[in-house]
Amino acid sequence: MNYTSRNSLTFTEEQAMLLETSREFCRQKSTIANVRGQLDTILGYDRDVWHEMVELGWLGIAIPERFSGSGLGVGGLVPLIENMGRAMLGTPLVSTVLAAQLLVRSGTNAYSESVLQRIIEGSPATIAFLENSDWGDKNVRCEIQGDLIIQGTKDFVSDAIAAQMFILPVMKNDKLVLALVDRQQLSENAIVPHVLIDQTKRSARIDFSGVEVISSQIIESDKVIKALGDVRIVGALLTAAEQAGSSAACLNTIVDYLTTRKQFDNFIGSYQALKHPTVDMLTMLDSSRSFIYHAATIISDMSIDRDMKIACHMAKAQATDAFTYTADRAVQFHGAMGFTYDCDAQLYLRRAQWSQQQFGDAAFHRSLLASIIFDD
Amino acid sequence: MSISKKELEEFRAGVSAWLIDNTPSDPGFLLPQSFMEVGTDQQLDFLREWQHKIWSAGYLGLAWPKEYGGGGVDPVFQTIVDSEMRRLGVPICFNIIGLGWAGPLIKDIGTEVEKKKYLKGILTAEDIWCQGFSEPDYGSDLGNVQTRAIRDGDEYIINGTKIWTTMGNYAKYMILLARTNQTTERKYDGLSFFLAPMQVSGIETRPIRKITGEYGFTETFFTDARIPSGSIMGQEGQGWKIAMQTLQYERGAEAGHAGGLAFVRVKMDDLLSQLQSTYRNGKPLLNDPLARDQLISLIMEEKAISLGEKRAHIGPLTNDYPLSLPLSHKLRSTEYARRMRKLAINLQGAAGGLYVGDDSALEGGFWQKAYFQSFSATIGGGTSQVQTNIVAEHVLGLPK
Repeated sequence: MNYTSRNSLTFTEEQAMLLETSREFCRQKSTIANVRGQLDTILGYDRDVWHEMVELGWLGIAIPERFSGSGLGVGGLVPLIENMGRAMLGTPLVSTVLAAQLLVRSGTNAYSESVLQRIIEGSPATIAFLENSDWGDKNVRCEIQGDLIIQGTKDFVSDAIAAQMFILPVMKNDKLVLALVDRQQLSENAIVPHVLIDQTKRSARIDFSGVEVISSQIIESDKVIKALGDVRIVGALLTAAEQAGSSAACLNTIVDYLTTRKQFDNFIGSYQALKHPTVDMLTMLDSSRSFIYHAATIISDMSIDRDMKIACHMAKAQATDAFTYTADRAVQFHGAMGFTYDCDAQLYLRRAQWSQQQFGDAAFHRSLLASIIFDD
Repeated sequence: MSISKKELEEFRAGVSAWLIDNTPSDPGFLLPQSFMEVGTDQQLDFLREWQHKIWSAGYLGLAWPKEYGGGGVDPVFQTIVDSEMRRLGVPICFNIIGLGWAGPLIKDIGTEVEKKKYLKGILTAEDIWCQGFSEPDYGSDLGNVQTRAIRDGDEYIINGTKIWTTMGNYAKYMILLARTNQTTERKYDGLSFFLAPMQVSGIETRPIRKITGEYGFTETFFTDARIPSGSIMGQEGQGWKIAMQTLQYERGAEAGHAGGLAFVRVKMDDLLSQLQSTYRNGKPLLNDPLARDQLISLIMEEKAISLGEKRAHIGPLTNDYPLSLPLSHKLRSTEYARRMRKLAINLQGAAGGLYVGDDSALEGGFWQKAYFQSFSATIGGGTSQVQTNIVAEHVLGLPK
């Protein structure tokens, strides 16, 4: 049993630049009015804003230079995604960069390299990880037969409506492989959108049955299993970064209210019953940010090692607890206003409930940490 | 003058070798885990000799000027000594009020006379120091202290009561906060700061028995005690400002400590290794999902605090709330320490009900005592509740 792990936390100039530019970008492009404007749209995001992000090169940040990306790694994405969370920006960026990570980490062929190219140019993509609601279930029931026809359904597929490319783990002759399915190949009613608790996000159930692929659309390397596991870890980290950003914005909303709303002749922020839990939120946020930037420091394009796993699991567990607590209290501390749809607290509460389940909840990540630390 | 990496490495190796050769063997009685727990003459004699030995070897006060008994070298050398002492788990340096608070204060703002008179004795452990800030009625509300100091010729006459005086019964000097003027508009402006001798008539100490069952600090009574007027630090009315500077050293926000370990640092490692032989429901405790979850949460907390110390130095990652990490550090680390020790007892099964002195107590009852003792840090130096107010008001900008 060894509970220690690397403890480094540094920040590069590139990261600092991305932090600054993305913060300003998100502040301008994703005002609360913009966010609310997308709640009832089918797509859930503004295509013009997406194209600007593509122009800024953000889709290629973590893609290695040999595939025409910037080669800044996952660590370059963290500041960016934290700011998207801060502004509650609706965007298929996380799904798309994860899809790119999976392609790169699984070993590429000419076809998947062309997909990477399309991603850099702004074509959204997503990974169909799940077949049921358990992030701990590693069994894959989706199959691909000898005639290269897929049988099976994937569920909770993020940004499925936006995605032009789907990457799905499937079994082929008892071996786990990846199928790269183009949106054009899906039958008309294959995508069934979910009604989500978070109206800024989109996901769907997708029936891939009957889709026929060609052999270049299948990635069969022995790296696939490890790459899939690694990308789940990266997904947990990126979700944590987004959560930390949203927690910070939610905390600011609370502080604004506590310093302007008066009851019994005092600003309500002067009451310790509100003051002390608000400090708890700050503390939890501080820990979240320390974990995500620690993870951003040590994570690389290499296969995810023990310490990187520890860092990412801790980041997701902490950011989830921080955000679910902060958003829950945001509603309560706004009093009767907090109970209304007009109060922004609801946006954060809904996002918190949605994001806690992405790539596994806090207790799930702590149980994975326990296995790494107590059982290995 | 830059110091080469090689020089530092050689120095570290030298420290490590010296500590291994010179750390005293187990004395056969329980040694204090912190400077606040020195309760017997036996413990005092042992620790005094140990600190003197460290200083004689040139490993204490390395960054203090040579003419006052220090080493006159870069602080990095003391940092190396301290980290080696921590790593090797040697006994603590007990004269912490002197080494960490009074000493740096005298070194930074004291007169030449004060520096000559006091600094060396702090390092050699010849002069033990204590602190007289809190009073029975004014703990968190320090600005309100009522102990009187009235000028009478070349003396001050002190009357009043101080409490929670760590090593008050052993100390030769006290850093004393007392009221020289009762008529000021602001209560703070009537306070003055003294480097007061303790061995004068009219000062009595009554040892206070702590929750641990041991002694370690006193209640200190001043009844017409006369101290030389020269023992005032600065001018009358500057007491609050000087006391606040002292608290900065105490809270670790200000550099200047002479060095040495104030506490035995307890790490999750110590807890985990003990729990490997503990059972719950007939199975190893470390297989129990609830215990695992609780332990992982604490491991995370420990790591978050140490990562926060690193993030605090990265400007772009702290500009939302620049004071958040430094101002919440005491709150976080002491509350973590308390919870960790509490869980350590909770997980022991029936043995958790035993205490120091029972043959079957795990680690001699170390965790039970450590848990009780941990309240000294969540209460002393500003309670966690007051610390939380400070963070709310100074970091988040919430109204008073």
